[in-house]
Order: sequence, then C-alpha cells, then structure tokens
Amino acid sequence: MTTGPRKPPPQFVFRLKRALGGRSGWSGLALQVLFAAVLIWIAYEIVANARANLETQRIISGFGFLRNNAGFDVSQSLVPYTGSDSYAWVFLVGLLNTILVSVIGIFFATVIGFIVALGRLSPNWLVSRIAGGYVELIRNLPLLFQLLFWYLAVLGALPGPRQSIAVFGSYLSNRGLVIPRLIPEAGLAPVVVALVAAIVVAFGLRYFTRRLLFEKGRAITIWPYVIGLLIGLPLIAALMFGAPFSLEVPVLKGFNFSGGTRVIPELVALLVALSTYTAAFIAEIVRAGILSVHRGQMEAGLSLGLSRGSVLRLIVVPQALRVILPPLTNQYLNLTKNSSLAVSIGYPDLFSVFAGTALSQTGQAIEILAMTMGVYLLLSLVTSAVMSFYGWRLGRSLGA
Amino acid sequence: MKRVSLFFTLAVAAGFASQAATAETLKTVKDRGQLSCGVSTGLPGFSNPDDKGNWTGLDVDICRALAAAIFNDPSKIKFVPLSAKDRFTALQSGEIDVLSRNTTWTLSRDTSLGANFTGVTYYDGQGFLVKKSLKVNSALELNSASVCVQTGTTTEQNLADYFKGNNMKYEVIAFAGQDETVKAYESGRCDVFTSDVSQLYAERLKLANPADHVVLPEVISKEPLGPMVRHGDDQWFDIVKWVLFAMVDAEEMGVTQANVDEMAKSDKPDLKRAFGTDGNLGEQLGLTKDWFYRIIKAVGNYGESFDRNVGTGSKLQIARGLNQLWNKGGIQYAPPIR
Ligand SMILES: N[C@@H](CCC(=O)N[C@@H](CS)C(=O)NCC(=O)O)C(=O)O
Repeated sequence: MTTGPRKPPPQFVFRLKRALGGRSGWSGLALQVLFAAVLIWIAYEIVANARANLETQRIISGFGFLRNNAGFDVSQSLVPYTGSDSYAWVFLVGLLNTILVSVIGIFFATVIGFIVALGRLSPNWLVSRIAGGYVELIRNLPLLFQLLFWYLAVLGALPGPRQSIAVFGSYLSNRGLVIPRLIPEAGLAPVVVALVAAIVVAFGLRYFTRRLLFEKGRAITIWPYVIGLLIGLPLIAALMFGAPFSLEVPVLKGFNFSGGTRVIPELVALLVALSTYTAAFIAEIVRAGILSVHRGQMEAGLSLGLSRGSVLRLIVVPQALRVILPPLTNQYLNLTKNSSLAVSIGYPDLFSVFAGTALSQTGQAIEILAMTMGVYLLLSLVTSAVMSFYGWRLGRSLGA
Repeated sequence: MKRVSLFFTLAVAAGFASQAATAETLKTVKDRGQLSCGVSTGLPGFSNPDDKGNWTGLDVDICRALAAAIFNDPSKIKFVPLSAKDRFTALQSGEIDVLSRNTTWTLSRDTSLGANFTGVTYYDGQGFLVKKSLKVNSALELNSASVCVQTGTTTEQNLADYFKGNNMKYEVIAFAGQDETVKAYESGRCDVFTSDVSQLYAERLKLANPADHVVLPEVISKEPLGPMVRHGDDQWFDIVKWVLFAMVDAEEMGVTQANVDEMAKSDKPDLKRAFGTDGNLGEQLGLTKDWFYRIIKAVGNYGESFDRNVGTGSKLQIARGLNQLWNKGGIQYAPPIR
C-alpha cells in the first residue's frame, strides 16, 4: 500500500513522544500507558497514605478552616482587614501584598537593570567601571544578607517618629515614610475628564506626526506640547471647578503618626533589596543582549545621521529584546519567588501570613502549602504568559 | 525560598505518607539510639545552646530526663531548633519525638494539630517590654504603639484580643525569627516587644543595655507551657507525662540530685514505689524499674531544675510564684506515683 508522503504528527503528539523517548507505534504507546499508570498509582498511594495517617493522628484536614476567624493582625493590607476576618481573607491579604511587592520590584529592577547595562557599555571609563562594580558587588552577596542590611542597618538607623525628618508635610522615620493623603473633592471629576481629553489629543498628535514622518519625511518634536497639554488641561479644569483633592496631613499622635498614607519600612527594604539585587542580573542579561546585536547595525544607524541614543532606542534595543526576553522572564520569576524572604523582616506577604502564621495556627500544612505553592505557580505562569505575549508582538513588529 | 517551601512540603508529605511515624515511638527512639527533641532556636533558661552546642534549660531538662529514663544517658539526644511557626509541622511529620519548646497549651492546639500536651512545665503569662525612656507605666497607655512579635505564637493572637478589647489601636510587626524580632525592637522599629513574661526576662538579658528596658506590670493572658507528643501513641504519651510528674513528685518527697542515692535506700513506702524497690511501676510505663532514680540522678527534681535554669541559681532570677509546689503556695501538682 503506497500512500502519499507521511503527514507529520501533530505538534502535541510529537512533543509527547519525544519527551517519552521517541518510540513510535504500539510498543511506544504501551510504554506510555504503563508510565502514566505507575505515576497515577504512586500519586494515589501518597494521597491515600497521607489521608489514613491524618485520620489516625486525628489531624483536622480539608479546607473548612478557611472560614474560621484568623484572630491576628497584619501591618499592611490593600483591602480592609481586621483580626476577626477569615483565613480566606488572610490569604487574599497576603496574596495582594506579594503581588504588590513583586510588581513594583519588577518595575524598578528593570529600570535599574537597563540603566546599569547601558552604563557598562558606555564608552566612558568611569561610568562603565562603576556599573561593573555594582554588578559584581550585588551579585556576590547573599540576598538575605542584603535584605537585613537594608532593613536593620539602613532603615533601622533612621530616627524615631518624634525626631523624624520632615519634608513638605511628609515625615521619614524608622516607622516608614508618611505622606499626606489625597482625599477626593468635587473638582476631581472635571480634572479627570480634562486629563483624558489631553491624553486623547496627545495620541492624535502622535498619529499625525508619525504620518508626516513616514510620508513626507518631516520630523516634528511634539513632546513639549504633549507635556504642556497633560499638565495644562487638568490645571485649567482645576482652576475652573476647584481642586480635585484636599490633603490630609499626618500628625504625630502618641507613639505614631495618624492620618496620611504610610509606606512601611518593611516594604521599602524588601523593594530596595529585591530590585537592586535582581537589577544586577538583569543588567548582565541586557548587556549580553545588546552585544548580540551586530556592531554593523550601530554603525549603519550612526552613518544615517541618527544619534547614539536614537540608534540604541530604535534599532539596537528592539533586536536585543528578542535575546533578552526569555532570561529576563526568568529574573522576574526569581524576584517573585525571592519576595518570600519577606518573612524574615516582618513584611506580611503570602508566605509570611498564610504559609507562616495561618499554618502554625491551624496546623493544616498540606492544604496551606498546596495553596501557597499553587499561587506561586500561577504567578509564574501569568508572568511567563505576559512575557511570551510581549515577545510575540515584538517578533511581529520586527517582521520575524 | 521556593526550594525551601518545596522541600518543606515534600518533608511533610513524606512524613504523613510514611506509616512508621505514628505508632511505637518508644521503640523507634530505642532503635535510633537517640531521642529527637524539638526546642527553641535559643531562649536562655528554657532551651539555649552554649558555644559548644550544649543545650541547657528547663525545657531541655525534660528531654534529658526522658533520655535518662530510656537510655540511662541524658546526652543521647538530638536537639532540633525550631521557630514558633515551624514547631508543629516538625512534630506532625515525625521529625521530632517530643516538642519541648515553651509552647502554650490551648484547646485548638490540643485538638486540631494531631498532638497532645503532656503537662505544664511552667505557668506563664504574656507581658510587654518597653524602653524606660518612653515613660510608659501601664499597658493601657500603649494606644497607637508599634509592637514587635514573633509569628505563629499565641502571643500574636492575645495581642490582637487585648488591643481590641481595650479599644486601642496598634501596629503589629510580626517576624518569623526571634533574633529579627528583638533586633527590630532594639533598633526602634517598635515601641513594644511582647511575649511570655519569662521570655521577656530572657530576651532582655540579650539586649545591649538590659537596664534601659522595663517589663510592664500587666499580664494579659494565661500561658501554661508544656511538652507535646503526637496523637496515636498512648504509651509514649504516658512516658512523657510521667517524666515531668516524677520530677515534681520528687521535689514534693524531698528527693534531690544530691541525696538520691541515699533516698533510694529508704524504707518509706512511697519512695520504695518510686524507686522500684517495691513493685514495677517503671516497667508498667514501658521503662525500667529504676526510671525514677535515673531521672533524678540526671537532672534533679523540678525545683532544682527550675532554680538552676530560670530561678535564683540562674541569670534570670525568676521567682517561683505560680510554679511553686501546690503545698507551698503555687499550683505545680503531680498525681501520685502508685
Ligand atoms: N508560648 C507562646 C510563645 C512561644 C514563643 O515562641 N515565644 C517566642 C518569644 S521570644 C520564642 O520563644 N522564640 C524562640 C525561638 O523562636 O526560637 C506560644 O506557644 O505560642
């Protein structure tokens, strides 16, 4: 029986086969079924055994505990929380705190990382030495050590609340940074409308100038106008309809400040440690990425009359990004995972309040650790997905 | 850190999944040739290692007494230092045979953790430590204060109750390790450090200038501290229970480390039962006839251990108070050995 050329197997089957040793036909299938059966049997055995043991030891199991009162307080929560809320709520509080520190940390790590990388590549000897020294120093000290250094030695050395350093109604002390809080007023709505209008106009301008650039080859600088718009329009609205916010100024009352918004030192220490540490790794990744772009590209760009900065921004970095993205994603995941070091400086992240306090209060190690690891896994998957999407768009815009 | 948590889960799962962890602890301990004893990471007076890694303390003495009763050798122990939040998991998973680490007996811990308390080694209560310079005289003046506490403790929960009950606001900063907790307090991050009162005295000794800090008069909770064992092994439960009772009864009967050899020859019926010259009570426990002798010879009676570790013979200088024997004004009381 002759048939046409053999069709390649669908991607999935192909990958699975390769993963399992690449045997095809019945023997391969039998092997795979056997393999799966053994895995399932082992998993079943573990679960059954654990259940039996939990029962004989009369350890409470299941997820019923999530509805019980937690009975402890936390120092920072993005949602309203008191000790009489449930463990499920504690889970959310911890999760949000983890996400908060991860997202801000990733932002700063990226910014610092790019700056240091460009510094290392700079023709200026001093700048490149300083950037190199930074990378070497930071990468070679354990993260926990750096975290404790920032927390105990740097932030811990700030004066107490009664002697705090005051700037513009804000106070810096060993209790953190307290800044005036914005309280929405009647003028808020018009200002928001004005701001949106300004943004729309700015985009319109950009569209227009790009067309001018591509079609007629005329470059117009628009950013001063854009900034003027973004500040001017809301300002006019505020002058006409009244201030959008009033300020609640913090005052020292008893042991601490009351009123205002406070950034706790645990968050600051964690952010500084995580972002400076991760930035050192990102810097190396970015440097490698930029070096991977052929030098000819830079020379070609320069000879077209573009400035060094423009060549980097328009030609080199977009190409380098393709090399940079995968390991960069890895660094983002590392940062998220490393944020669980929070527990040693009292920042209430998921690992600390849920896998720490809630676990030891309820003793339900299996359930709580499973949930916690599930979350870290999910955060990792989301981060990877976002980065893949970005990579895919980048690839498209580069025409690859 | 992910790796740590993964390791932890695996350890827990392995512990739960292995059958041997529960039953016949005594046999497991004997086969191993060593008692695995869960203690704190270092708390003067209760469980504290010196530079050479020798552990001493009131909680440590319970393990020493156990090892003496089982092996006739109080040094056959592996000490496992545990933070407050890790201690129960270590017991549940079978990593330790007994948890002897200033742990408060509460209903939920007695039931939901799959473990039992065997007795009370020290009647404690929660208090507050503040800097003298703050000029605070009462815990009720602590409104709006920042408080440092260790996570996974009853301390953390009592603190929430107390401030809520008294309509006071506060900020809690909870650390996993005690060193960080104390350092944060010392650096001024917190106005207050709260813990069981005995531990406040112990931690105060570690501060740079102990005299600059004062323990406030309020005691806001009951903290009966005692050893814990896993559910499901009644024999082991009995042994750990009676090792402590033996020490308390010895004090009541006037048996000390110094006079134990003499007392062992006594004709008094209660002493003869205890020393096993009459009957076989020790064997009923699964130990040897001379279990009582071994214990007192190794660590002394309860009062001696108390004085040596936390009382007048120690740096802590804590008065016996509630921990005095029942017939001397305290509430330490052990069932009779008969
Ligand atoms: N008795 C309380 C508190 C026990 C506790 O852990 N106290 C801390 C306060 S300093 C401690 O002893 N830490 C020593 C350590 O973590 O090694 C409980 O059982 O929850």
